[in-house]
Amino acid sequence: MSGPSTYVPKSALGRWFESRLPIMGLIHSSFVAYPTPRNLNYWWTFGGILSVMLMVQIITGIVLVMHYTPHVDYAFNSIELIMRDVNWGWLLRYTHANGASMFFVAVYIHMLRGLYYGSYKAPREVLWILGVIIYLLMMATGFMGYVLPWGQMSFWGATVITNLFSAIPLVGEAITTWLWGGYSVDNPTLNRFFSLHYLLPFMIAGVVVLHVWALHVVGQNNPDGVEVKNVARDTVPFTPYATLKDGFAMMCFMLFFAWWIFYVPNYLGHADNYIEANPLATPAHIVPEWYYLPFYAILRAVPSKLGGVVAMFSAILVLCFLPWLDTSKVRSAKYRPVYKVFFWLFVASAVGLGYLGAMPAEGGYVLASRLLAVYYFAFFLIVMPLLGLFETPHPVPASIADAVLKSTHSAKA
Amino acid sequence: MLFIATGAVGAVAVGSVAWPLISQMNPDASTIAAGAPIEVDLSAIAEGAIVTVKWRGKPIFVRHRTPKEIKEAQDVQLAQLPDPQTDAQRVKKPEWLVVIGVCTHLGCIPLGHQGEYEGWFCPCHGSAYDTSGRIRKGPAPKNLEVPSYAFTSDTKLTIG
Repeated sequence: MSGPSTYVPKSALGRWFESRLPIMGLIHSSFVAYPTPRNLNYWWTFGGILSVMLMVQIITGIVLVMHYTPHVDYAFNSIELIMRDVNWGWLLRYTHANGASMFFVAVYIHMLRGLYYGSYKAPREVLWILGVIIYLLMMATGFMGYVLPWGQMSFWGATVITNLFSAIPLVGEAITTWLWGGYSVDNPTLNRFFSLHYLLPFMIAGVVVLHVWALHVVGQNNPDGVEVKNVARDTVPFTPYATLKDGFAMMCFMLFFAWWIFYVPNYLGHADNYIEANPLATPAHIVPEWYYLPFYAILRAVPSKLGGVVAMFSAILVLCFLPWLDTSKVRSAKYRPVYKVFFWLFVASAVGLGYLGAMPAEGGYVLASRLLAVYYFAFFLIVMPLLGLFETPHPVPASIADAVLKSTHSAKA
Repeated sequence: MLFIATGAVGAVAVGSVAWPLISQMNPDASTIAAGAPIEVDLSAIAEGAIVTVKWRGKPIFVRHRTPKEIKEAQDVQLAQLPDPQTDAQRVKKPEWLVVIGVCTHLGCIPLGHQGEYEGWFCPCHGSAYDTSGRIRKGPAPKNLEVPSYAFTSDTKLTIG
């Protein structure tokens, strides 16, 4: 959709520069003249919100590193120093800690939007898979970041997660020792996690560039799931339409973010993480951060160590195969009455698994986790392939313009 | 010929640079040195008590078992065990059980004298171990690991 740039700089200096490095033309064609479908709703503003969240995390993170000490003897105290002594340290740390959660709130909405409107289908498979890679990098980054304060949950979370690799037959133990740099989670582990926690956000930024590039090659999907046929009728320019809509949504999201920072900054954390790490005492109940809970519930639902680990990683990797598992010709759930029902059941199962992941692994909770985990996988592996064959979709509008104009008419009538 | 030679040297270069980069993440010399054997004084451990010592960053449980606990551990049918091992295979002297205090599921520290079998109970995911440190119930696949150890005298134990 993004053809050769038609951008012509107004000033002589601009023209001089453009003929040497056409970066202004690239920005213009990508974020000003870029045609966006005219029917985009607010669910499409989360890509922009996610870019802002990545910036917030990188900026607050770089500043926090100026005060943090990655050593088992000093890490915990340096966090307290940030909270009490560093000017505005409390604000920077609460922004960074809650920023991670808000980042995941936004990414889950962004992913569910893709799932609902069929944004992963041809020709957007590569775009979607790049998104899954970003999500995996985010999970790794979030996990390692949570280890840095060196509280009880940091230490025991790191112990449980690194021990997942010991489930691998034959080489598991060697891999775990290699990850730790010792015989248990200790100072070498903290140091390398710190190094990688600083690196990964920049890798995320790199994959985001590829993600946006792929997006601008194939163009955005839209709520009606029909491709742009006539640029003049079906699209509006990115600026001012999408920039303002994205900007408005960002400000609303920032207000939501600010509420967490200023009113309930510790709600999403765990009280045990304000106790310094103790390798000789496990907290009564180890819980990961809320954004991993559904996968943690799947891990615990399987009554075998290796099986649980395989199921947990499969729950994420299955997303990569989505473009080929879904056999329906129709993209948007708006025109798929049966898929819509299964989609909301899927959302309910994921939320349910999240709840169960925070509960103790016993009795009815385990049984419920098993049932929901079965539905989680059945949605991708059974419902998606079969539904395309058996479902009768509603008629899809011929073009985006038709869809928009039809709904305006019916609204008037 | 020049291409093949370039490729061959390049492959050697990549391999020889990759190995140090990977190997540096394994335990360093000071970590290995700090993991040398340690000595435990047994005379201070009363019957029925479990003493925890730290070795290689992990807790080691030294349990002075009571006759009742020893009998319970010895009377179990091997067929009932997920990871079958006799009690005799797991101890050198029946009254002393020495195990690494790390749950074989995901590495939490089990709590002593708790759970259905009164050996250990892991609060993380509910694995229960018996008085021989063998897994009886829950998601852990294996018995608590027995470290290498030796009785250097009647009251001295060396772990490692």
